[in-house]
Amino acid sequence: MSFDKKMDEKFQKWESTTLKKVTDRFPERKQEFVTNSWIPSDRVSLPKSSDLENYMEKLGLPGEYPYTRGVQPTMYRGRFWTMRQYAGFGTAEESNKRYRYLLDQGQTGLSIAFDLPTQIGYDSSDSMSIGEVGKVGVAVDTLKDMEILFDKIPLDKISTSMTINAPASVLLAFYIAVAEKQGIAKNKLTGTIQNDILKEYIARGTYIFPPRPSLRLITNIFDYCSKEVPKWNTISISGYHIREAGSTAVQEVAFTLADGIEYVKSAIATGLDVDKFAGRLSFFFNSHNDLLEEIAKFRAARRIWAKIMKEKFNAKNDKSLMLRFHTQTGGSTLTAQQPDNNVVRVAMQTLAAVLGGTQSLHTNSKDEALGLPTEDSVRVALRTQQIIAHESGVTNSIDPLAGSYYVENLTDIIEKEVWKYLDKIEKIGGMVYAIEQGYVQKEIQDSAYNYQREVEEEQRIIVGVNKFTSKEEPPRDILKVNPNLREVQIRKINEVKNSRNNEMVQNCLKVLKEKAEQPDLNLMPFILDAAREYATLGEICGVLRGVFGEYQESIVL
Amino acid sequence: MTDIVRILIAKPGLDGHDRGAKYIARALKENGYEVIYTGLRQTPESIVKTAIQEDVNYIGLSLLSGAHNELFPQVIDLLKKNEADDIVVFGGGVIPEDDIASLMEKGVKAIFTPGTSIKEVISFIENNEKKNK
Repeated sequence: MSFDKKMDEKFQKWESTTLKKVTDRFPERKQEFVTNSWIPSDRVSLPKSSDLENYMEKLGLPGEYPYTRGVQPTMYRGRFWTMRQYAGFGTAEESNKRYRYLLDQGQTGLSIAFDLPTQIGYDSSDSMSIGEVGKVGVAVDTLKDMEILFDKIPLDKISTSMTINAPASVLLAFYIAVAEKQGIAKNKLTGTIQNDILKEYIARGTYIFPPRPSLRLITNIFDYCSKEVPKWNTISISGYHIREAGSTAVQEVAFTLADGIEYVKSAIATGLDVDKFAGRLSFFFNSHNDLLEEIAKFRAARRIWAKIMKEKFNAKNDKSLMLRFHTQTGGSTLTAQQPDNNVVRVAMQTLAAVLGGTQSLHTNSKDEALGLPTEDSVRVALRTQQIIAHESGVTNSIDPLAGSYYVENLTDIIEKEVWKYLDKIEKIGGMVYAIEQGYVQKEIQDSAYNYQREVEEEQRIIVGVNKFTSKEEPPRDILKVNPNLREVQIRKINEVKNSRNNEMVQNCLKVLKEKAEQPDLNLMPFILDAAREYATLGEICGVLRGVFGEYQESIVL
Repeated sequence: MTDIVRILIAKPGLDGHDRGAKYIARALKENGYEVIYTGLRQTPESIVKTAIQEDVNYIGLSLLSGAHNELFPQVIDLLKKNEADDIVVFGGGVIPEDDIASLMEKGVKAIFTPGTSIKEVISFIENNEKKNK
């Protein structure tokens, strides 16, 4: 008798005897058990003979195709993931102080949060910026702010991740110009720009230009960096915000990889060789509370991307096939109620990211549902990573949950469901069309709505929110940002405008406009010229707004 | 059906977090209200203009970026200036406890912070409607 048949017989017998005896007297807690993202959970997962037959094809070994078990052959036995806390608020001076504190505390890379005007290409002085200057990140108007932001931080010694999308080329230009002033060659710079516009239309909201000119700016960066800044990760294709907007784990992976496909297609269409840029693509995922589902999600994502790059785009270089990713713990899982509980949630999510094989990680602070995190709560968040790294033991062996019948099964299910979405999006004509039609937004919103209804109806328990609630004192010591920052920044802009060569600036902006009007040109060198002359972010983006126009949101309810 | 309650859910400022706003809009709609959702990046001027054009009874402002102290009062002031301050304004989002009292003083009628159930929002509206009768 075959193994599968024997197993099946044994299992049926178990169900009708051992199990039934118990469930007849004590029914299970629920009729149906599902993961956080509504994937049915087996009562008990079982081995199949095909597990071993398909092992090499489906799992392989670490550092080898299809990278299910991890992208490096040593993983955390070689070195830990990069502990990278996203930070930035107020002025460049204040943020510079926080970065140097974090580096002193053992953080190994920087992650820059910009305020919303910076992310949307407005100077602090613009009327659109009222109320927002320095709030969710640091305000950067000119190269001058960037010089202050990285003061006494040697850019050849650290890697810097910048959460910047629509104006990514401008902020990258500022960064390169600071490095030049520090005497550091471009080819020594390491770091990442988010540069992922498609998820801005879907979920995050800091778009400026319509999709097609935005894709041009992105592929301009791929091309420029492959030649000039070869160690830079030119994009961080992000599922994080898609998940925060309420998607399921499957949707997070599917829409992120669909975005990735669109970027690769665009770059190839401009004549770039896939192996010249694909190795610098990186990803960014969320880590939520369902520990095993999340681990399966990360493993599935790696396997699918490797297949896409190999089979769809014929990439030859191993690096082009590897899905390297940053993780952030799930902001939307944090509760304003009983905020100390969030430390536990973050620890669990950290464990999922590490067991899922992340390359870098940001852990949220417990007070982020209340406001910006304080220095104390940021330290606990960083310590959480250090405890998992040094004390938990899970870093000793690579992909230790491989072979768990449950995790492998979940990995397969997620993969299968993701392919269904990818096929569907391909039929629609690609991600740009799927977004313009509102298809992607609608899928996410339905999931978000269903989730919230389950919380409202207490089918889904959030500890401290809809169960186990307690009377609490309103939280104190929340970080306050100076409300007069806009005035401070306006003064700084005026100083820059009075001391720069305004004729040179106007000339650079004029050249940029002419070049922007010619779709086949790479704009990166011209943006860099304007940045070096201290043109403001708003001036540069203003020129591009004039040529490219602005994106109009397609509202889906 | 003479007095259907009309509600404008609006996103002032540059904040892109619209999960809460969209949930509230859809949930209110399913509970029988007429709901208009503005989409992202609305100025106080455009919100007030839409509110008057659409003849709404309520404006719900959603903001998670921290600009509420500046932008919520601007909406209230503009409503007054346009003699439309019979429109009731409520707000939601990441709004620190310390800011709530001053927002209420300036005329915001309720602030709903993270974890608020839709039932609380509806009971706020219903209580307010009873008062007006």
